[in-house]
Amino acid sequence: MAAAPKRPFRWHIGVFLAPAVLVYTAIMILPLAGTLQLSLFRNINQSQVFVGLENFRMLFGDPNWSVNFWNALRNNVWFFIIHMLVQNPIGVLLAALLSSPRLRFSAFYRTAIFVPTILSFVIVGFAWKLILSPLWGVAPNLMDLVGLKSLFTPWLGKEQYALTTLSLISVWQFVGIPMMLIYAALLSIPDEVIEAAECDGITGMSQFWKIKLPLILPSIGIISILTFVGNFNAFDLIYTAQGALAGPNYSTDILGTFLYRAFFGFQLQVGDPNMGAAIATMMFLIILGGVCVYLFLVQTRLRRYQF
Amino acid sequence: MTTKLLTALLLGTSILGSAGMAYAQDVTLNIESWRGDDLAIWKDKLIPAFEAKNPGIKVVFAPSAPTEYDAALGAKLAAGSAGDLITCRPFDKSLELFKKGNLADISTLPGMENFSDVAKAAWQTDDGKASFCVPMASVIHGFIYNKDAFDQLGIKVPTTNEEFYAALDKIKADGTYIPMAMGTKDLWEAATMGYQNIGPNYWKGEEGRAALIKGEQKLTDPDWVAPYAELAKWKDYLGDGFEAQTYPDSQNLFTLGRAAIYPAGSWEIGLFNTQAQFKMGAFPPPVQKAGDTCYISDHTDIGMGLNAASKNADAAKTFLSWVASPDFATIYANALPGFFSLNSTPVKMEDPLAQEFVSWRDKCKSTIRSTYQILSRGTPNLENETWVESANVINGTDTPEAAAKKLQDGLDSWYKPAK
Repeated sequence: MAAAPKRPFRWHIGVFLAPAVLVYTAIMILPLAGTLQLSLFRNINQSQVFVGLENFRMLFGDPNWSVNFWNALRNNVWFFIIHMLVQNPIGVLLAALLSSPRLRFSAFYRTAIFVPTILSFVIVGFAWKLILSPLWGVAPNLMDLVGLKSLFTPWLGKEQYALTTLSLISVWQFVGIPMMLIYAALLSIPDEVIEAAECDGITGMSQFWKIKLPLILPSIGIISILTFVGNFNAFDLIYTAQGALAGPNYSTDILGTFLYRAFFGFQLQVGDPNMGAAIATMMFLIILGGVCVYLFLVQTRLRRYQF
Repeated sequence: MTTKLLTALLLGTSILGSAGMAYAQDVTLNIESWRGDDLAIWKDKLIPAFEAKNPGIKVVFAPSAPTEYDAALGAKLAAGSAGDLITCRPFDKSLELFKKGNLADISTLPGMENFSDVAKAAWQTDDGKASFCVPMASVIHGFIYNKDAFDQLGIKVPTTNEEFYAALDKIKADGTYIPMAMGTKDLWEAATMGYQNIGPNYWKGEEGRAALIKGEQKLTDPDWVAPYAELAKWKDYLGDGFEAQTYPDSQNLFTLGRAAIYPAGSWEIGLFNTQAQFKMGAFPPPVQKAGDTCYISDHTDIGMGLNAASKNADAAKTFLSWVASPDFATIYANALPGFFSLNSTPVKMEDPLAQEFVSWRDKCKSTIRSTYQILSRGTPNLENETWVESANVINGTDTPEAAAKKLQDGLDSWYKPAK
């Protein structure tokens, strides 16, 4: 048997990949590598000196840094939990309602719920600050109308409520995204499957739980991981609503605002890019870890259905 | 043919070259600043006044946004594209620029003798040997009050602590006005308008501030805890939901006439004059007992320095000398009531509220904010922590003692005063 003719090297693959690879390298990989590198140096007498893992030792060993870091991480985890417990179930629920064929004006609802997602953080943060303002906000008046005035407190100014309030504001803004993704997943379930279920006598709620939910689980998985990445990178809403010091008493400080203060400095605090890079590296590792856990432990076990 | 072309080219370059030289005789100076609000004042008043006296020097005021200023300036200095004149933040931010060689030493600049040592302290090396910015203005803390409200309720302007709380109680009992317009949401109000406003009366101004820097006093000493104890009492006199009240909220509450007393910085005067529909007055932070020496926070806030890499250093120095002159001080202080000249020559000001503020300089002793010099160099940053703790004390989250202890512990962790 003659050896198979040697296939010519396929240059066109490289040529077609090159633009994307180059752009991605220039704007993603290089800055990331730069950040990792920066975190291993320290500015001593106006020059960058390699110090190994010294910055990380300081971040975890020096109480001036570690207390803030753990506080920010804890707050961030709570921020994520609220999103997982509130945003995603509501998103699934809304999608299920929207995909119901008997619902009228569903296009209107879909748009209305999705609109906040395209608003800027600055607008959302400012609008909610005004809505919840104890002085001129509509929230106290509205609660007064239904006789709940006594339940009103200046939520954004109270240590015990501020973070949860901000999480819920963020949920309000982004609930459209899980809704849209799940809605699309629900629409892609073939009618035959639903009809077969109906022939077997599975209708209504049990149809949702037994047929539709398992079919949209991969989408829910994707949404969870998007929420995770988004939440641990969050910064804008806290910054616009509470400022860089994430008050009151650092109760709304998350990794993003902590990074901002360390990197750029704030008011009289002079920025320390090296410590900032160390925090950014930790954020990167946390997100990387979370995504890996999802990819290797969760996604491989999700069953995919081929139609 | 070739010769002709060459001649033409040479001729052309020589004309262009000489045109360039003619242009170069008019030196253009660029000013870097974060005070975008002052653009009109610079363009219409200050720069024309300077150019009229110094023909051949053109000045351009090129501000950037306050939050971006430090980063943008740093980038421009590094790239060599920064303006000739640099507006200086007080203390460490400018000191850092000086140490990097971005700001020139102007200790011997004609005009610097017009300023007192306290005025120059914000832009000097720690040993006071080199100055690098001309002091432009300071802001004074105190309380602005609604005169109509005080007349209506028959309240006399308080001078002692006792009278101060009596006035607040009376306003509260009457119920027409919120006694005091201040919120803790933005944190800095509590620290700057609260702690740094009333504090100097307790720690005796410069005396206490210097002792703190030398390590002879601690933030946990009674003189430094007492202002926190006062702040804790303020809680009852603030409006509903003050925990979520922001700085603009406080300003609006007062200018809409809904609150009677506003713990203020003099920079508010300009805005309040245009917005408030009632008569306003001001009083300095009340003293503990009648007859006590009063201390005010007269905080050096803004200065101007020379970019060490400037190509027009001589023209820029001429400009800085003018900034140090009484002429500049008069125009600036009147155009911006509430930003007081640091010039030793007294400046005649038109605005009555500004006059009231500046009159305290004669009867009280001036100091600057306690956290600004040297003490905010490390981590945790004392100024930022003071914001957080002052808000905590007013919110009732921390006792005055606990707040002071946290601040001192934070300071101790990195600051070792020279013994």
